[in-house]
Amino acid sequence: MSLRWWIADSIEMVKRNLRHIRRTPELLLDVTLSPIMFVVLFRFVFGGAIPIQGTTYVNFLMAGIFVQTIAFAGVYTGVLLANDLKNGMIDRFRSLPMSQSTVLTGRTLTDLLRAMLAVTVMWVVGLIVGFRPEGGVLGAAGAIGLMLLFGFALSWIGVAMGAFVRTPEALQGLIFMTVFPLTFASSAFVPTDTMPDWLRVFAEHQPMTLVVNAVRDLTLGGSGGPDLLPAVIWAVGLLIIFFPVGLALYRRRTSQ
Amino acid sequence: MIRVEGLEKHFGSTHALRGIDLDAAEGTILCVLGPNGAGKTTAVRILATLIRPDAGSAEVAGIDVLRHPGEVRARIGLAGQYAALDELLTGRENLEMIARLFRLSGATARHRAAELLERFELVDAADRIVKTYSGGMRRRLDLGGALVASPPVLFLDEPTTGLDPRSRLSMWDLIEDLAKGGTTMLMTTQYLEEADRLADDIVVIDHGKVIARGTAAELKRLIGGERLQVTVDRPADLERAASVLSSLGEGPAHVEAEERRVSVAITSVDGVLTRAVRELDAAGVAVDDAGFRSPTLDEVFLNLTGHPAEETPTEAAT
Repeated sequence: MSLRWWIADSIEMVKRNLRHIRRTPELLLDVTLSPIMFVVLFRFVFGGAIPIQGTTYVNFLMAGIFVQTIAFAGVYTGVLLANDLKNGMIDRFRSLPMSQSTVLTGRTLTDLLRAMLAVTVMWVVGLIVGFRPEGGVLGAAGAIGLMLLFGFALSWIGVAMGAFVRTPEALQGLIFMTVFPLTFASSAFVPTDTMPDWLRVFAEHQPMTLVVNAVRDLTLGGSGGPDLLPAVIWAVGLLIIFFPVGLALYRRRTSQ
Repeated sequence: MIRVEGLEKHFGSTHALRGIDLDAAEGTILCVLGPNGAGKTTAVRILATLIRPDAGSAEVAGIDVLRHPGEVRARIGLAGQYAALDELLTGRENLEMIARLFRLSGATARHRAAELLERFELVDAADRIVKTYSGGMRRRLDLGGALVASPPVLFLDEPTTGLDPRSRLSMWDLIEDLAKGGTTMLMTTQYLEEADRLADDIVVIDHGKVIARGTAAELKRLIGGERLQVTVDRPADLERAASVLSSLGEGPAHVEAEERRVSVAITSVDGVLTRAVRELDAAGVAVDDAGFRSPTLDEVFLNLTGHPAEETPTEAAT
């Protein structure tokens, strides 16, 4: 199976997914309306109550909202895949001489586009409510690149979960129970120093925090800080592990 | 063109297939006839490379299905009872996508899609999403999808199940046209009538085993041909009607008390109906309805296996 066909088939799959979005625009609510809501709520509800050293709360907050939204959108790939698996279309794909893994790459690449949309929307809304990034074009590009890499890795976790669970509904519950605590037990919305020790140690070392800290540093004029390298290693590591795991679970699931 | 030997497959403790042999010559239609749960869908899914068997061998268009699934996929089309279509894409987009995934160029894909939409009378609906299609339209589009690459071998899994009579007839016409064009087909069905009309050869399977095979004519000889069926006015007359019919036909008459129906296999239709009505009248039986009909799948199974075609919901199509 040549690389050229693999790319062509992936593009065809992305085209299919984009058509789905065009016909059911509500598929974009989680990457447009809900991040807007989060930015506005956090900015105005906590903005006055949480003092941040050296910058404004909104400048601190944006990295957290970015990564939270990207994380949810990434893992949500699994729900979309689980929906696809219920559909007879997968049998059709499997009876075609196409390269089979592109059903999955088409899915995750589409979700990368969704994540880009989410970042754009949030960036604009952030600017409106007072977000003042100081990292310049380079800092912004670095921050966005890291977020998207992390989101892409998470969408392969989503693939693995989507191929594993029986129903999309079950997965939705699972996502809420895992991603939600991970975003709150992190540096996404508040500095970690006031947390009790047991929580602080966890919060400071879990990948969500590492990515948030690196993104925050990049948007606020730094060069990524000490957490940039571990954040990249986490993202690439998750990708290396979950790409084959997702593919294997998908193969197992569809060949039963 | 299609050759299957000793195919076995089990799902957990359920034996879906217990050693099936199939053989279809080039350009013929092989019908696999059986009730729900007989293993028909499993056999098709193995041949279409979707699942692997536990034992046995399968060859399609001269290629080993287990060793070279990719090459088999380039030579087959699959259409099923659950139309494998993208609901949110239009009919045209579905066909073009499948054509592209068969590695046809953009222009060829568009041309081929237009051609198939025309052929399956879907031109008016071509740019509507499939969600809005009727059952018959979906099946036609699904068949169109199977034909995109003009495959020499086609698998049709219950292509008319759930269709209204008109859609069924138009599907039969399409299948006959394909046969004339030289396509080799393996189709499954629960309908004897369908197998009778379309098949060159019929294989009857039950509980994962072949229980009879032959042409439609051979099978009919095996199971008795036409049936004479009488509906009586009063349930009390059923017994007398049964004894009259038994004396006219082959073997004992079959009574369905709830429907007030009595039927019997007959060897020739000549004059039987008149005689039956006359003798029933003489016996004092009031007749509501009388006529001929083909044997049902149930009767085929009753004849071949001694038990009716059971509905076993174990044929997991997952």
